[in-house]
Amino acid sequence: MYRYDEFDHTLVKERVTQFRGQVERRLAGDITEDQFKPLRLMNGVYLQLHAYMLRVAVPYGTLSGKQMHMLADIATKYDKGYGHFTTRQNIQYNWPALSDIPAILDDLASVEMHAIQTSGNCIRNVTSDQYAGAAAGEVDDPRIWSEIIRQWSTFHPEFTFLPRKFKFAVCGMNEDRAAIRFHDIGIEVVKGKDGAPAFDIYVGGGQGRTPMIGHLIGEAVPAVDLIAYLESIMRVYNMNGRRDNLYKARIKILVHALGAEEMKRQVEEEFVHVKEKGVVNLPEEEIARIRAYFAPPAYEALPDESSALNEAMADNKKFADWVKTNVAEHKADGYAIANISLKPVGGVAGDASDDQMHVMADLATQYSFDELRVTHEQNIVLAHVKKDDLFALWQGLEKAALGTPNLALITDHIVCPGLDYCALANARSIPISQEIAERFNDLDRQHNIGELKVKISGCINACGHHHVGHIGILGVDKKGTEFYQISLGGSADENASVGDILGPAFTEDEIADAIETIVETYIKIRQEGERFIETYRRVGKEPFKETLYATH
Amino acid sequence: MPLIKNGEFADDNWILVGDEDELPADTPVIVSAARWQAERETLLGRNAPLGVKLEAGEAPELIADDLDRFQLVAVNFPAFKDGRGFSYASLLRDRYGFDGEVRAVGEVLRDQWSLMVRCGFDAFDVADGTKIDAFKEALGEFSHVYQATGDGKKTVWQLRHGG
Amino acid sequence: MAQHTNTRATTQAVTANRLLDGEVVYFTADGTWSDWLKDADVADGKEACAALLAKAEPSVAAQQVVEPYLFEVAVEDSAIVPASVREKIRMAGPTIRLDLGKQAASI
Ligand code: HEM
Ligand code: SF4
Repeated sequence: MYRYDEFDHTLVKERVTQFRGQVERRLAGDITEDQFKPLRLMNGVYLQLHAYMLRVAVPYGTLSGKQMHMLADIATKYDKGYGHFTTRQNIQYNWPALSDIPAILDDLASVEMHAIQTSGNCIRNVTSDQYAGAAAGEVDDPRIWSEIIRQWSTFHPEFTFLPRKFKFAVCGMNEDRAAIRFHDIGIEVVKGKDGAPAFDIYVGGGQGRTPMIGHLIGEAVPAVDLIAYLESIMRVYNMNGRRDNLYKARIKILVHALGAEEMKRQVEEEFVHVKEKGVVNLPEEEIARIRAYFAPPAYEALPDESSALNEAMADNKKFADWVKTNVAEHKADGYAIANISLKPVGGVAGDASDDQMHVMADLATQYSFDELRVTHEQNIVLAHVKKDDLFALWQGLEKAALGTPNLALITDHIVCPGLDYCALANARSIPISQEIAERFNDLDRQHNIGELKVKISGCINACGHHHVGHIGILGVDKKGTEFYQISLGGSADENASVGDILGPAFTEDEIADAIETIVETYIKIRQEGERFIETYRRVGKEPFKETLYATH
Repeated sequence: MPLIKNGEFADDNWILVGDEDELPADTPVIVSAARWQAERETLLGRNAPLGVKLEAGEAPELIADDLDRFQLVAVNFPAFKDGRGFSYASLLRDRYGFDGEVRAVGEVLRDQWSLMVRCGFDAFDVADGTKIDAFKEALGEFSHVYQATGDGKKTVWQLRHGG
Repeated sequence: MAQHTNTRATTQAVTANRLLDGEVVYFTADGTWSDWLKDADVADGKEACAALLAKAEPSVAAQQVVEPYLFEVAVEDSAIVPASVREKIRMAGPTIRLDLGKQAASI
């Protein structure tokens, strides 16, 4: 994975010093809260219901064992012994004191981490595919390009006070695990004319109160032009994005207003100038330098079949269940991708204790070339595990209550913090997730239902991705009481779609029943081998609406 | 308001005149883009330097063809959150090659100065009581930059490869 | 803001977060800030509420608290009870982690 050189180190350290100064000026009263707020936000510091919240960047979700240990230590030392892994592949701490944050940033900097641009109206942490470098069929490792974008966007002089936040996602193949069509800019690495990596660039996707699917405007943009092309999009947006209305300020609204064709035309006009100027070149040597950090690890030459794995699966049903759901194909023979679910029934989606973080870090060091990934579905991935080691890995996970076998099943939810933590929330999300998980706790039943992605947000901002859930749940506030609206048929992958709202919202007590009704309807009408989303696409919302509102 | 130019306090000889104000004789004035367009001939006939002020929403394209008439372009920041002016300065310098003074006026935070300098601003209207040391400190906070702008600073990407 | 100040509420108290550590605090009758809602000053009626908030505001400039605002409460058996779920959660802590927040003090 990428390692800082002296330049990166210097900049991150200088950033900590700068933030320490900003905090001092705030505490001394030299700047007001209004002036401080954008500064603290640009360093990931929010004020939530109970306390401050610090969002730490995990660039494109990749981190080392040492970094994970540090995240655990920070949770112990400055927080309440846990952290929350988010859809942005970041980690959030819910209880830090403002006065401690400079010290936390020092600790982060010591392991090449930071909280730079994890909030604010700037280019945010770049997200990517959690199977990067491990999935078969990848055109190129998307983290190479994510790192290039991370550097280019860090303290960008022109694009730090944008109309609104700006999120990039990059994936390295046409199977999309990074939801690129729901980002301000989504990038898919494709093969260019000469066979070299080139980029399909989608613009104007997003969620929030007006979910939109991004439009492809740049096709097979060559690597030398990547940064110039991105600068061009950013400039068109910075100058023309709306600033009069917070809810209309994202680039998706601009793209929608102009139309994708006109947006493309304006970007390309700008691009001609930017390129002609030639200052934003991305040197070949620099691409090569960064690429070298993402070279494949030293895999052993192994047969693809592992008899140790087969035997362990035959002997141990629990382990076999975990392998069946949580382990994915790896491109190298004899290796597998292991998913660690952070969704135990009864737990809080995405939360991990300091002890669990230490365990995951140690297991990564032992079994996966010392590297972990945070997924946008709030789980953790060990990307390169020998099949022979899977059983030992699983035993280690089980000991720390990290062996939940439910990846992509009906108990594996994306859940925003909701009204239990979030100052903007209308309703709680976590207890709803817990109720649904308990209702479907039976593993055989989960397997019978098959892949079903439930995503829950506590308000229309959609941090819990409810628009793209196969089943989406949105918390709404009716006169101080929590209600929940259901939508069906959303999907964040390469067949992107926004869910359809079914009808009137349900109370907290009704919601688990409602989900059960939907699931039972699906089981009744599905055809052989059909996943929930496929059934939904075939039949539409009517059959679900009928059963749901007939019984209520 | 004090003026900082090229990193030091400087005398401000310019007068910002409103659209209805009378033009003072023989004094450098800054007018709005609207007034420039309406009173172009009168303004050109004067015997003193001329500057124009761009509001947020008035991109430099508006005055691009006339830039050689101006010694100064002021870019207004109606609120520090409104970052359009950063692009305006970049365009003035890089695209249109303007080499007169580019002055930031309006609501600007200390923590924006260094970014503004990188985009091509060389003059700042600052709040009363601003210390020049604070300005210098703000500009010195970062030793390196990742992005190339018109300021010619070597980027990290160049420095890494002996550029 | 969601679940925020109810403009028609008559009985209200003032809350904010402490600048240094973000802790939820309530404005008291003697002009200080307390961690506990039971210590809060409660105002009745539009004018009294506005006056209470005005009395709390200088604490912002004094670098004590951030974003003070009024919220609806009821006084039941001399206990002060917040009207909204939001303020109940702020007063106690996350409903899914009873070991966290102010509620943790009572276990
Ligand atoms: C806890 C404090 C949080 C606050 C104040 C907050 C605020 C917001 C707001 C205002 C939006 C809407 C943006 C728009 O439509 O323009 C949003 C969107 C979003 N947030 Fe959060 N959020 C928080 C937590 C989180 C967490 C924990 C996650 C990850 C699990 C997250 C991930 C996202 C995502 C993925 C979106 C939707 C994508 C988009 O930007 O359109 N946020 N957030
Ligand atoms: S969706 Fe709403 S409630 Fe949930 S974290 Fe985002 S802003 Fe908060």
